[in-house]
Amino acid sequence: MRRTLPILAVLAVLLAAIAIANPFFLEPAGFLGFVRRAAPLVILAAGQYFVIVSGEFDLSVGSLVTVEVVVAARLIDGNEGATWPVLLLLVVLGLLVGLANGLVTTLLRVPSFIATLGMMLVLSGAVFLWTGGAPRGALSEGFRMFGRQTGWAVLILAVTALVVVLLTRADFGRTLVATGDNERAAALSGVRVNRVRILAFVLSGASAVVAGILLGGFAGVSAQVGQGLEFQAITAVVLGGVVLGGGRGSVVAAMAGALTLEALFTLLNLYGISGALEFTVQGVIIIAAVAAGAVRLPFAHPRRSKGDAHAAS
Amino acid sequence: MPRPRTLLVAVAALTVLAAGCTTDRPTGAAGQRSGAGASPQPPAAGTGDQSKFFVQADYDAQLAMRSQTPEGPADRPWEQAIAPEPVDTAEHRKDGPYRLCFSNAAVNNPWRQVGWKTMQAEVALHEEISGLTALDAEGKDDKQISDIAELQAKGCDVLIISPNTTATLTPAVTAACAEVPVIVFDRGVETDCPVTFIKPIGGYAFGADAAEFLVAKVPAGGKILALRISPGVDVLETRWSAAKVAFDASELEVVGVEFTDGDAAKAKSVVSDYIQRHGRIDGVWMDSGATSVAVAEAFEDAGLPVPPMTGEDQQDFLRKWKDDGLTAMAPTYPTYQWRTPIIAALKILKGEEVPKVWNLPQPKITAENLDTYLQPSMPPLHYALCGCEDMPGFPEGWGGTKG
Repeated sequence: MRRTLPILAVLAVLLAAIAIANPFFLEPAGFLGFVRRAAPLVILAAGQYFVIVSGEFDLSVGSLVTVEVVVAARLIDGNEGATWPVLLLLVVLGLLVGLANGLVTTLLRVPSFIATLGMMLVLSGAVFLWTGGAPRGALSEGFRMFGRQTGWAVLILAVTALVVVLLTRADFGRTLVATGDNERAAALSGVRVNRVRILAFVLSGASAVVAGILLGGFAGVSAQVGQGLEFQAITAVVLGGVVLGGGRGSVVAAMAGALTLEALFTLLNLYGISGALEFTVQGVIIIAAVAAGAVRLPFAHPRRSKGDAHAAS
Repeated sequence: MPRPRTLLVAVAALTVLAAGCTTDRPTGAAGQRSGAGASPQPPAAGTGDQSKFFVQADYDAQLAMRSQTPEGPADRPWEQAIAPEPVDTAEHRKDGPYRLCFSNAAVNNPWRQVGWKTMQAEVALHEEISGLTALDAEGKDDKQISDIAELQAKGCDVLIISPNTTATLTPAVTAACAEVPVIVFDRGVETDCPVTFIKPIGGYAFGADAAEFLVAKVPAGGKILALRISPGVDVLETRWSAAKVAFDASELEVVGVEFTDGDAAKAKSVVSDYIQRHGRIDGVWMDSGATSVAVAEAFEDAGLPVPPMTGEDQQDFLRKWKDDGLTAMAPTYPTYQWRTPIIAALKILKGEEVPKVWNLPQPKITAENLDTYLQPSMPPLHYALCGCEDMPGFPEGWGGTKG
């Protein structure tokens, strides 16, 4: 909880600033609209948290979101009856991509940065090949309702948040953090390190499925829907104080980081500042958050040597 | 333990670097928006500075062409021409069969996909064509330059070029003109060496049609949001610059000019933000139709009626327009122009006259003729003005279903 406080304070300040600029934000419809828009990123950040806290990265989630939406549109093609079978297929697809990322990272010992970067390129290339840049088909109303109707989107976000919090409180969550903190120590104390990490990647894939369903529902089919989402998710997690390299951080803070990032974008937009600045803001946040972690900790733990303090951060 | 630190720093640096790389085309957007959006003292009409692509003479010519009657068969608009100035092609005359070559800028959007299918169907209609060799430049200038050079060595009787960009491709087109009769269509080049340049009336007419509709339908003082795909593309810049002229002369207030990258989610978010910021938006002007359904949905999701808006001739928008009874109109940039280069190539090889600049009619879809263009059996991203309904293989070849 102590680790969650700073990001919650920042979030509160940003939300207040939005409310001052736009009083509509204080009404239930305005606030829930914001939550709906933030929901896909919050869910992706939760998925990314599992991977990052175990000491890895998942760069493939953005293109996985695009694949999910494009495949869904092509297979559903406006046919209501196909909605549920296709949803099931999407879940399987997302879990398989996560499983592949996990297996390549753990068994083939390819660094996850490279493994998931490769997966990102494979997926975006496959989408382009399959669609020629112009996706075909259409999503059914039954599919779109999840992302379009605020109630559904907020409900899905709430359920996801509950599930991930329970997961981190369970044995899995603790072994995951232990793995990210010190892989050898975790392995020596009986943690099945590879299995834990693979599961983290599968969870990240699952988060991309949910985010894809919400995003596709929000605005319909698009071949650019997932562009840049992986970096937004990583930024959100880092903003939430989760340490790159693994071992420290809370999932609630990661999700609050995603809300904060979305609030920041909303605020910039309200003041008419170009969306192009979003990337600059993300860049500054990543550098500042990592630097803050590195600078602060030696004072917090004066007895440790500088290198150890950083490694443990 | 120095290793984790190095790893962390490297990873953070790479992340930032990669985040920067995904930035597609924001710089122009930033510049444009500071003049148009919510800057402290916006210009009177809120439309910003005029585009550097704006040419008054071309603007005047295109707006005049809208009311001129095209020459040629009325039921085959792709064979019609407005105010043609014929050129003699006797020097290119030869006996068949003919081998045609085509350097295509890209097939990376639904408009180009519909057009490319239509062109192939047109080729299949003519027995005297022995083949069409086509190279796809995948939206890259450098690839198209080498494509054009490669096609010159293939023994083509005519080279058709749809340029990716105007200025960069001009030298390559000029070089090709010396070797083979060249036909340019869609986007132009800065040389008159091609035998003929085929295009619909153009972007000024497109933008003006849409803006004039809003000026007529939205009460004075109404707030207009203009949505554009991206800056710096001539065929899109002309659309906006003509709309700017119309809005500047009107009583309407343009509250924003935003770029959407043609992305539905981005367009929907932008519109939602504007509805929140301004309370209401009274009209939406769009430079293309790809995101128009998402725009209409943004109003619905906010619990507001959809204000007068413009789109394009894609089926998803026409269907939404019909089903929800929108106040809308759709200027078009007809995909039937992909038929004309093949027809022109055969005319040239038979020594028949062709117009130096082949201006095709550019119809607009209004509430009165909407039913003519709405085709429920066609896919959502199909463009209604393909002129392909009478071709073999329609509708399946274009993704539609019979019935």
